[in-house]
Amino acid sequence: MGKVFAATLIVIALASAMPIILHTWEPPADISTHGRLIDEQMSETMAEAGVAFLAAQLILAWLVWRFSNRPKNEKIQHFPGGARGLVAAAVLVVGIEVMALGIFGAKAWAAIYFTPPSANALPIQAQAGQFAFYFRYPGADGKFGPIHPEMVNEGNLNFFGLDTTHDADSKDDIVTAELAVPVNREIHLLMHSKDVGHSFFIRELRIQQDFVPGLDLAVHFTATKPGKYEILCTQLCGLGHYNMKAYLKVMSQSDFDNWLKQKAALQ
Amino acid sequence: MHDKSAHAARHRVPPTGFIRKYIFSTDHKVIGEQYYGLALAAVFIGMVLSWIMRIHLAWPAAAIPGMQLLSKNGAPGGVLTPEYYLQLMTMHGTIMVFFVLTTAPLAGFGNYFLPIQVGAEDMPFPRLNMLSFWVTFGAFLVAIAAFFVPQGPPLSGWTAYAPLSALGEVAGPGQGTGQVLWAVSIAIFCVGQLLGTLNFISATLDMRCQGMGLMRLPLTVWAWFITACISLTAFAVLMPACILLVLDHVAGTSFFVPSNLVVNDQLQPHAGGSTLLWQHLFWFFGHPEVYIAIVPAMGIVSHVLITNMRRPLLSHKAIIYSMVAIAFLSYMVYGHHMFVSGMNPYSSIAFSLPTLAITIPSTIMVLIWIGSLYGSKLRINTASLFALGFISMFVSGGITGFFLAQPSLDIMLHATYFVVGHFHLVMAVAALFGIFAGTYFWFPKVTGRMMNETLGKVHFWFTFVGAYCIFMPFHYLGMAGNVRRYQAFVDDFMAPLMPVHKFITIAALITGAAQLIFLYNLIHSRFWGELAPQNPWEGTSLEWSIPSPPPFDNFAGKLPVVYHDPYQYDIEGATNDYVMQDSPASINSVRGEK
Repeated sequence: MGKVFAATLIVIALASAMPIILHTWEPPADISTHGRLIDEQMSETMAEAGVAFLAAQLILAWLVWRFSNRPKNEKIQHFPGGARGLVAAAVLVVGIEVMALGIFGAKAWAAIYFTPPSANALPIQAQAGQFAFYFRYPGADGKFGPIHPEMVNEGNLNFFGLDTTHDADSKDDIVTAELAVPVNREIHLLMHSKDVGHSFFIRELRIQQDFVPGLDLAVHFTATKPGKYEILCTQLCGLGHYNMKAYLKVMSQSDFDNWLKQKAALQ
Repeated sequence: MHDKSAHAARHRVPPTGFIRKYIFSTDHKVIGEQYYGLALAAVFIGMVLSWIMRIHLAWPAAAIPGMQLLSKNGAPGGVLTPEYYLQLMTMHGTIMVFFVLTTAPLAGFGNYFLPIQVGAEDMPFPRLNMLSFWVTFGAFLVAIAAFFVPQGPPLSGWTAYAPLSALGEVAGPGQGTGQVLWAVSIAIFCVGQLLGTLNFISATLDMRCQGMGLMRLPLTVWAWFITACISLTAFAVLMPACILLVLDHVAGTSFFVPSNLVVNDQLQPHAGGSTLLWQHLFWFFGHPEVYIAIVPAMGIVSHVLITNMRRPLLSHKAIIYSMVAIAFLSYMVYGHHMFVSGMNPYSSIAFSLPTLAITIPSTIMVLIWIGSLYGSKLRINTASLFALGFISMFVSGGITGFFLAQPSLDIMLHATYFVVGHFHLVMAVAALFGIFAGTYFWFPKVTGRMMNETLGKVHFWFTFVGAYCIFMPFHYLGMAGNVRRYQAFVDDFMAPLMPVHKFITIAALITGAAQLIFLYNLIHSRFWGELAPQNPWEGTSLEWSIPSPPPFDNFAGKLPVVYHDPYQYDIEGATNDYVMQDSPASINSVRGEK
């Protein structure tokens, strides 16, 4: 029975590693300027984790194969080097390896979160609410008008609670249900939640950030490839959570200018 | 030397009435069995909930027979509504984490065996111990009651993130009464845990018999002791968090709700609260909770393996110190659940490095277990198979922690099925394997009868292969970008992943059904199993020095005296190959050395 366990474990270990080695399931290709660092860190971690996984499972299988149900007269042998060698290996080899992974990997995080957006980044406001995203562009004046929560009225399409009659800055604000951005232009996304917690996840853009009610956050990114990409909510927000999505449209600067003009005309 | 009069005073008379003997019993063994029974009932409820969720995910339009009886509105015609899916998911997580993974490994096995293994006749505070179970049982009833209130259980997940969990019915079905019942249930559960941990800690420190130094405690006792220390501080934080959440519902407070929130075009009457406060409080409990589930399993697996390897581990102390290190680190890492939550991004690095550091004690433990297998005389039985399976699962589930500990990778993996696969393997499956190993190992002691080994092995094979078939593909889905907590994958990207979901569902149905073999074995063996000898596995610790099942006060009024470290195996010259902990013979004389 020990040998059956060992053989099963070997099959499981190899079968588990196979889809990784064959790249059967992968995230979609990166379209951001910062994503390369994340992808590289992911590959490095996968290599280390894969080696550790296979080594541990295969050694476990071999030991069970070799040392299970031995004849009564055989003697117990002792692992050469004893516990001290193993503890040293755990601390020095695995410990240093993993800590190095974390310390060097922090640069990918730093590249995204520790650097401020550039001065000419395009500001766009994203609002999440049960169960839709809305986006706001500041218009010609470059300023967002203030939000009046008591004026939010979805029936009147006033998703943000803007007072366009009294607030001059709000008058030219452009509100849309899709996020259009010019290609290769840095975007400074200001994130606002209307009601409960939500999240902003675009796989291709290597961005995931929660919307936190009461705490306006921001992320910045540059999309490098024109196309249409899904924006998903990944923070459980209620019964419609599974269906809360919008699209990111990455387009050329001229297409973007036209798009913005069209949207402005509809306001 | 014990004074005779003191001895007489300590001797207790066993209760005679049915109620005092089996229901409101102060006997730690009965309480241990009650906790185990509660966990058993809870795990089957939790499993059926997971079946319903898995069937719905794979075949969203399928009517599940009988579902409309559970909730007419939640499953009209047997097809789950989106909100009811989330409500069942919330209850699955809540029942499994609190009423299974917290109760069985620590309160179930720990209550039964800790007093025996330290050489005591009961817990130091038997009435508090009884209270701890009945409080926990009350918490369970309150949680289950959420199924039967008009809007059903909450849909905010077992993490109950505010403000979704704090706004009331306006935020969604079940967010009113259901959510309040949830928070009340968990707060009561915390009280039960706190009462229980007091007993565990004081029994370990104060009730050890003569000769039982701390380093002579079996690894199980160390594991329960360490776990009790974590529980004491973790549940002490969760309880006030739940009370504050209840107040946000019933007293008009705003601990977790900031101002200016608009739900359904209505401005909410709250101001001044913090949504991140809930996350900090919850995860300050939530991450240690992972170790509350897994550390007892580490102890049980060490204990079972040692007995079946016929040798002590390469190092007893390395395992103890590793468990202590993990417990200590468990408080410093909870922020890794919140990398993308809007917490200060600098703090992510501060939470990331201690998380990665947990790899070190974990690796030490795995290497000690594996290194001890080398040259051993491993006996293969159901208990040892589950213990070996635990090591495999712990490695598989633990290694994916490399990824999730890094904030930059969490950007891609957070809230995906990768996380679901990770915590199910390392927390749920590994801990369950520890529970199974403990059950097959100690069943003869508890009941006086052996479990059926053939059925046990069939159960093992289905569970071992099945658990991998279910939870390994979760990682692939997550890496591809399949997000969690969705009741259907209407997303363009996830639709092609549906075959994987179907495979997982089929594996889950089969693996779940195989648990009925375990249930049958458990019940059948209890009444009709082969009679068990006192020491069927040739163990050395104190539980094997007393009859199976143990008498009322464990040691028949005469406390044992311990002469040896707990695991004296591989002793040449001994009649068998071991010397019991309470055997007065010195090891050297047994070996024939001078």
